[in-house]
Amino acid sequence: MSGVNTAGWRPSMNSAEGGVSVPETQSGDHALMLEEPLIFELGCEGQTGVDFDAPAKAVSPALAKFRRKAAPAVPGLSEPEAVRHYTRLSRQNYGIDLGPFPLGSCTMKHNPRLNEKMARLPGFADVHPLQPQKTVEGALEVIEQLADWLITLTGMASVAMSPKAGAHGELCGLLCIRAALDARGETRDVVLVPESAHGTNPATAAFAGFKVETIPATPEGRVDLAALKAKLGPDVAGVMITNPNTCGLFEPEMKAIADAVHAAGGYVYCDGANFNAIVGRVRPGDLGVDAMHINLHKTFSTPHGGGGPGAGPVVLSEALAPYAPLPFVARGEDGHVHLVEEENRGEGHARAFGRMVAFHGQMGMFTRALAYILSHGADGLKQVAEDAVLNANYVLRSLEDVLQAPFGKSGPCMHEALFSDAGLPEGFTTLDIAKGLIDEGFHPMTVYFPLVVKGAMLIEPTETESKPGLDRFIASMRNLAQRAREEDASLHSAPHFAPRRRLDETRAARKPVLVWKADARA
Amino acid sequence: MRYLPLTPADRSSMLETIGASSVDELFCDVPEAARLTGPIEGLPMHASEMAVERHLSALAAKNLNAGSAPFFLGAGAYRHHVPASVDHLIQRGEFLTAYTPYQPEIAQGTLQVLFEFQTQVAALFGTDIANASMYDGSTACWEAILMAARVTRKGKSVLSGGLHPHYGEVVRTMAKFTRDDIVSLAPELTAEADDAAVIAAIDDGTASVVVQYPDILGRIPDLAAIAEAAHAKGALLIAVVTEPVALGLLEAPGHLGADIVVGEGQSLGVGLQFGGPYLGLFGCREKFVRQMPGRLCGETVDAEGKRGFVLTLSTREQHIRREKATSNICTNSGLCALAFSIHMSLLGGEGLSQLAAINHDRAQALVARLTQIPGVSALSEAYFNEVTLVLSRDAREVVRDLADRGVLGGVSLGRLFPELDGLHKGLLVTATETVTDADIETFATELAAVLEGVAA
Repeated sequence: MSGVNTAGWRPSMNSAEGGVSVPETQSGDHALMLEEPLIFELGCEGQTGVDFDAPAKAVSPALAKFRRKAAPAVPGLSEPEAVRHYTRLSRQNYGIDLGPFPLGSCTMKHNPRLNEKMARLPGFADVHPLQPQKTVEGALEVIEQLADWLITLTGMASVAMSPKAGAHGELCGLLCIRAALDARGETRDVVLVPESAHGTNPATAAFAGFKVETIPATPEGRVDLAALKAKLGPDVAGVMITNPNTCGLFEPEMKAIADAVHAAGGYVYCDGANFNAIVGRVRPGDLGVDAMHINLHKTFSTPHGGGGPGAGPVVLSEALAPYAPLPFVARGEDGHVHLVEEENRGEGHARAFGRMVAFHGQMGMFTRALAYILSHGADGLKQVAEDAVLNANYVLRSLEDVLQAPFGKSGPCMHEALFSDAGLPEGFTTLDIAKGLIDEGFHPMTVYFPLVVKGAMLIEPTETESKPGLDRFIASMRNLAQRAREEDASLHSAPHFAPRRRLDETRAARKPVLVWKADARA
Repeated sequence: MRYLPLTPADRSSMLETIGASSVDELFCDVPEAARLTGPIEGLPMHASEMAVERHLSALAAKNLNAGSAPFFLGAGAYRHHVPASVDHLIQRGEFLTAYTPYQPEIAQGTLQVLFEFQTQVAALFGTDIANASMYDGSTACWEAILMAARVTRKGKSVLSGGLHPHYGEVVRTMAKFTRDDIVSLAPELTAEADDAAVIAAIDDGTASVVVQYPDILGRIPDLAAIAEAAHAKGALLIAVVTEPVALGLLEAPGHLGADIVVGEGQSLGVGLQFGGPYLGLFGCREKFVRQMPGRLCGETVDAEGKRGFVLTLSTREQHIRREKATSNICTNSGLCALAFSIHMSLLGGEGLSQLAAINHDRAQALVARLTQIPGVSALSEAYFNEVTLVLSRDAREVVRDLADRGVLGGVSLGRLFPELDGLHKGLLVTATETVTDADIETFATELAAVLEGVAA
């Protein structure tokens, strides 16, 4: 195992060390590596972490027939028990705060804490969505200011703010397209999606009632323009293009694609998941885009929170703007910002296609995103794109001699560098490299996506990694590639040092256990 | 720039490694015409932390926040006291800055929380299982309708008149595009009449019946009777819970025959936040598991036999199934689920029941006081923490007048149902544990003055 973790490679906690065997502990814990039972197993019967001012008086007899027979069977924890439980659990998680999180396409960048502080101001956090409008003018102004920035940064006509996440934004964009086609009296029911697309694209198109047809990629990792043109016709409602695409490349023919789609009577949806690569440097509106969602949790750094919440505002072209869903925030002639709902939609929003959410969207994320944008400014956002692209190209060029980069010869990448396991010895895969990275103290890259590259490894460092940090990551990646080339079998069983070894996903899916049951432990 | 670690020297040396003479060269694939040369015009440049804080604090100060006024709004978003430890714990960087747990070996914290969350939601709803969250209650409601259509292989859904009108609007919007058949009933003035109308609308083509519990007017529908009628026609009952605290006191929908229970989890742990982010809850019968939308966390073991958790049944999901997925949802409401779960752990089942009883108590005190005002009556006797008052004049004006007097006095039915003229004197008022006797007295005084037409 030459070249492997010279600081002390130990496959398990029990191996001999300097002739002295390492003991197993009574508790099963290992110093700061702490196991934690489920809340149902803590043995906390009869505890509570909440004290009330005064007990309730009698429940109204009118409720008698609706009463619950037994309180929900969930345990209560005292505050110290709760704080400890969740703190211990948190330590079994990797987060951006711990180190690089180079998940391609997911954009895991630093989450500024100012944004958290701003979102928690009572004037934003403790405001009800249905308060009279004159009591929430500041909140509406936040939405309007963010909307202004998004419109300006993308060069589009309008923005629908309410979608809850990227996939929800895709849905919003496609429904605007459907509404525009309905208004034209046309029933086009096909949406073209490149095979390199995020899974949400075809899923969303189907969810919105469209048929999905796939467009192949060129050997250079781009949308095949000729194949796309061949599919255009009177049944095509539009295309969904990711730009920069999921291979980490800019689609240089974007404008030609848009022109061809428009000429055939369709609309262009752009998946804006990768907008962070071009923010401040390229406006999608200049490329012929009709609708594009912006993941505020990617480009504008609202925290991913272990799987959300996100936010997916959708910028719209002149052609689609009239169909944006309610509610809508707009500045009126009186200079005040108004909330347009069903109650007051009037002529200006008569063509709105409907409503996508109960309230106004992800206000808490809007505040964070606006704080991020104001902090960076026009100059800082441009620098964000440049540094993100610079970091990704640095990784690409620092690893392409040890890992195959399928499009490395196509020129520079954008914000993410794509590799594959094609050059590794038989039996050594992307999964081994990813799990090996965990032992090295890094979060793995995106694996096996995009589907157009077999054994894909998509690395997105983001602009918030320093050069020394990248150098450490690159050194670990080079070491892993070296170990794979030397057919180091210990890679197959990695990770060795994480809170858990590889988990049995087949077993989880075969007989799903989705809730805790008391008798299952007996 | 404080968030960007690269120095000018770093950039030069990295460009040298790359073999490019400038960063512009890295953008060579962007057509010349679309390349911007300088920062986008008309936008401000970067700002200090202090300047941003000043700007946003000034905007926040323009809002009247709920804690600064007697506050009685509900209608799908409720103000509850959230223990301080909840917000502290969700800001642990390992939770806050983690991604969806695709690498389970280093995401057991998030995964175990999701498993505990699923168990808590299932216990609260009285369902066999629950998923790892949806965007919010309204989108969960639409997903439940789609799921019921998959399960029953039928396409019609009946929405009760007591369903939150915004939820109904979301459903009708989506159904317009998917061409599902939606029958929307208008609210009647009693729960019994609404229940009867729902039951009468069920036929053999009905896939699902959607009933809010308690409903948008604060009334409590007879879920058991509706479930029986639905099941007799091969339809599923979808119960919608917008105030989960109510289930500390009221029987769980799953125990009353609901096949799918969805809800808005905002009440526990999440806070008002002007409408989002919120937390979609989704529970159902175990036999429907493969038709469920959204992420599911399941128990398994690792290579050493230790218990662990993973995302499972992902063959239902978009990243595997693409256009054949059960839903297009990807990012959900993970951090809100964590907040909900911590709040629920602090309360426990007994604590939730106590909290619910206190809420009901406050609402009774509110109704008792306000109905002393001439021209004010309560629509129903059975309610949880929210009830519709019938006033002597249009409640939309009353709400605005009350706001002028510093009272956030409920939600007018005119705002919720602009198209139904018969409801415009209705005012939906809510009292949670946060409402004091003094708040109620102030509300009563100001409401009486507003109704009498006394100038503020």
